Amino acid sequence: MRLTIREALLSFRRAPVLSALAVTTIAFALFVLGLFGLVVINLRSTLAQIEERVEIVVYLTRGTPVEVVTVAIGDIQAFPEVQSVNYVTEDQALERARQELVEFQGVFDDLTQNPLPASLEIRMRQGYRDSRSVRDVADRLRGFRFAEDVRFGRDWVEKLDRLRGIAGVVGLVIGLGFAAASVMIIGTTIRMTVLSRAREIHIMRLVGATDGFIRRPFLLDGAMKGALGGAFAIVLNYGAYLAVSRGLFEAAFFSVEQTTLFLLFGTVLGLAASAFSVGRHLPQV
Amino acid sequence: MIRFNKVFKAFPKGSLALKDVSFHLAKGEFLFLTGHSGAGKSTILRLVYADDLPTSGMVRVSGFSTSSLKRRDIPRLRRRLGIVFQDFRLLEDRTAEENVAFALEVTGTRKSVIAPKVMRVLTQVGLAAKAQAYPRELSGGEQQRVAIARALVNDPLVLLADEPTGNLDERATRGVFQLLRDINATGTAVVLATHDLDLVRAAPYRTIELQEGAVVYDSAEDEGAEEAVES
Repeated sequence: MRLTIREALLSFRRAPVLSALAVTTIAFALFVLGLFGLVVINLRSTLAQIEERVEIVVYLTRGTPVEVVTVAIGDIQAFPEVQSVNYVTEDQALERARQELVEFQGVFDDLTQNPLPASLEIRMRQGYRDSRSVRDVADRLRGFRFAEDVRFGRDWVEKLDRLRGIAGVVGLVIGLGFAAASVMIIGTTIRMTVLSRAREIHIMRLVGATDGFIRRPFLLDGAMKGALGGAFAIVLNYGAYLAVSRGLFEAAFFSVEQTTLFLLFGTVLGLAASAFSVGRHLPQV
Repeated sequence: MIRFNKVFKAFPKGSLALKDVSFHLAKGEFLFLTGHSGAGKSTILRLVYADDLPTSGMVRVSGFSTSSLKRRDIPRLRRRLGIVFQDFRLLEDRTAEENVAFALEVTGTRKSVIAPKVMRVLTQVGLAAKAQAYPRELSGGEQQRVAIARALVNDPLVLLADEPTGNLDERATRGVFQLLRDINATGTAVVLATHDLDLVRAAPYRTIELQEGAVVYDSAEDEGAEEAVES
């Protein structure tokens, strides 16, 4: 094991330019992958914030007794999909309109009777904010006799659904693309290392080293390059995150778990690429 | 120890590198393989250390037979052999001591065993004083001695030497040859492939001469025939 570590470290010293180039390229590939990861994370948190606003409004028939409404609120709150129910009386609706529509102040002042109906504002629980659940609950709410009208931003909810789906697919495709590019880059650098050490490998074989023994330093070399590339990529991503957060808008960065996973991903990528490359090129040396 | 039985080896294009080669090398024997360049000397050595397999026939080396040899057996087979080449094949970025130790490290020998063993063989080849020298700081003869030390450090049963004096001047050639004789005197079999007939004439060892891949002369058979006539 000591020799494996020494040989893997020596490969950095023997070919510093090639090693630096390999680590830089891996770092760049993982940086772009990380940037996309950051976009996905921020898009998700924005979507989550928007999703929180998904609500269904039930407009009540004028004159519905408060007792009936109170019982209905209890029933609706028992729905598994429902997070909260807010009762807005006719007066509260008018007051809210006055505050929000300041330009129509004159119109409100001339009113002799409140034209706005009372309503129930229903917020959905997390996990039930998709268009299907919302439509389902809205249909059930229409069944209440006092419900004059039930509204929800159908288009908006469906767009959110589509956006979520697209973000997932694009993330997967780009992620796989960059992972493949990283594998190819690491594979090529390992191939160059294998070829540059052909003489040494030949001697190792002559004196009776096993294939596994010869392979190990290359695998460690690939894993170390992957890990180093991953670490650099995290630093670069953090720089990009700081630049965006200070200059444009407040963004989110990877959590500790996600950063660890990213580093692990780089290491595994390096290991897999070198295993592939060594398996392919070692028999030719 | 080493047995070739009706061995043929064809080149990829079809011409034959070895034609019906058969011989047996006994334990502790010294054998010269002679012949012009391309006669098949190196091919025989390559078949011994399983760098190549015969097209037909069988090669048997210290219990390993090419008819049943698996890839995973090759390292174990090579640990019983020591191999020396004309171009020394030393690692330029390592000292003489590190080059020799390398052969033990890659076979998983314990660190505590390596240092004394390396010093013992470097002393045996007369290079203990230059253990810290890099190959570029050594003469050709000295580099070949390091290569021989590396081949010896695993205590091989047979030392295979492929034109070991090909790059050396006369004085260094004599020194390396004497070293190989000394090694043989300790019980290690030696197969020395060379086209240097002066070297062959210098010692009364068994000689096999090859011509275009075929054995045209084997001194052991000759002696056997003479003994048969005398009796």
